[in-house]
Amino acid sequence: MPEREWQPRIVAFFCNWCTYTAADLAGVSRMKYPPNGCVIRLMCSGRLDPQLVLTAFARGADGVLIGGCHPGDCHYVEGNYKTLRRFRLLSRLLQELGIEEERLRLEWISAAEGEKIRHVVTDMVEKLRTLGPLNLPGRHEEWDKEIEALAHEAQAHEREEAMSYAH
Amino acid sequence: MPTKPKVAFYWCASCGGCEEAVVDLAEDILGVVEAVDIVYWPVAMDFKKKDLEALADQSLVAALVNGAIRTSEQEDMARLLRRKSQYLLAYGACAHLGGIPGLANQFAREDILRYVYEAAPSMANDSKTRPQIESRNNGDAVTLPEFRNGVRALDQVVEVDYYIPGCPPTPGITKAALGALLAGKLPPKGTVLAPDVALCEQCPRVDSKPQDLSLTQFKRPHLTCLDPEKCLLAQGIPCLGPATRGGCEALCIKGNMACTGCFGPTSRVRDQGAKILSCLASTLAAKEDQAIEEGFAGIPDPVGTFYRYSLPSSLLRRKVDLPPMKGEPSL
Repeated sequence: MPEREWQPRIVAFFCNWCTYTAADLAGVSRMKYPPNGCVIRLMCSGRLDPQLVLTAFARGADGVLIGGCHPGDCHYVEGNYKTLRRFRLLSRLLQELGIEEERLRLEWISAAEGEKIRHVVTDMVEKLRTLGPLNLPGRHEEWDKEIEALAHEAQAHEREEAMSYAH
Repeated sequence: MPTKPKVAFYWCASCGGCEEAVVDLAEDILGVVEAVDIVYWPVAMDFKKKDLEALADQSLVAALVNGAIRTSEQEDMARLLRRKSQYLLAYGACAHLGGIPGLANQFAREDILRYVYEAAPSMANDSKTRPQIESRNNGDAVTLPEFRNGVRALDQVVEVDYYIPGCPPTPGITKAALGALLAGKLPPKGTVLAPDVALCEQCPRVDSKPQDLSLTQFKRPHLTCLDPEKCLLAQGIPCLGPATRGGCEALCIKGNMACTGCFGPTSRVRDQGAKILSCLASTLAAKEDQAIEEGFAGIPDPVGTFYRYSLPSSLLRRKVDLPPMKGEPSL
């Protein structure tokens, strides 16, 4: 079977009140953009625990897109400012850990900005194509090959012991 | 006379502080020695690996292993102790989470070896000699363990039954864990043997922690004159108390030092560093990019601050662009 061409995978965390509604608008307006984003709706971008971003990367996402209301427009008044601060610090942390800046993106997209959804997703997919796969699950597997040899040896030893008890 | 339960202590990539912590039980260690037979403890007693190998599998009640796993020898010993013991306990932050040695997961193996054996200012090694796994001298072969690409927590190599947290674990935590073990009153497998609440809940300064923090800037503790009574977070010091398990008796706080997170996260948190990042970022008042950057200027090293003890067991585990990459030989 021919290997399928690699496609960037984006996990997109959108807030209920603005960005998710904008994605809906892009849909009903029949705008065309790449289908690489998997959208997860949150009540507020401020609910986005950084653990969720890391989990997405650790499980194979190539990029994470966070969408929230424009500053001043948050349904919960302050949520998106918390997002902004977490994003700035998280972005620095990720870069220090070798994850390229373009893989984590924050955009303010209001409910009326369906066109901005189209543009942002298209642009992010292009940038991720240039960067190539992040493939953290594959990298973790690769790192752990170095401890497999001794694991096999230990298993062989256990089998041997079991055999000697059996006799 | 019924035989006493057998236990073993072992150290891997660690500083020796955990061994010290066992000795810190002071006269209580006599109670431990009375209750158990220590059959293996390289730092204090003269048993050899072959003595351990000669014991029947599962004949030890427990092995307490401290230190992270960096070399093939440590892996080998972890597997041997696992096989010989009914319970394997990760003792201390390094075995539990990877610990301070785990911060080496920000650097490639080759860079570490080059620095240590060539570039370090205190190193005089013109021939650039490096340790070899095997070398021959007059027909005699000498071997050394392999230095792996990354640092691992104990449970990333073998199955671990319980965790005793801390850098090092306090005498109180150690005594309680040994007591529970010997009495057979153990919680479900996989439990961290310490209270499952954040340190803030046990902090003597908790009353001075405001409901809503609104900081303009994080400060570096060594450049700040600290109030010995007031919540350190309220003073702008990045304290890991909100994202760290309690049970340490708040010893650092009592010494007017911020928590650095050695007890690891509570059971409800998967990634301690991400959680404290989230907490600290939300306490800042700034709303503009520049003010935010200025606010964070007091945290020059987020990886070292947030993952001081837990990088290998974090979700990312390691700087992601280090070798080995796919298709490369691992060594």
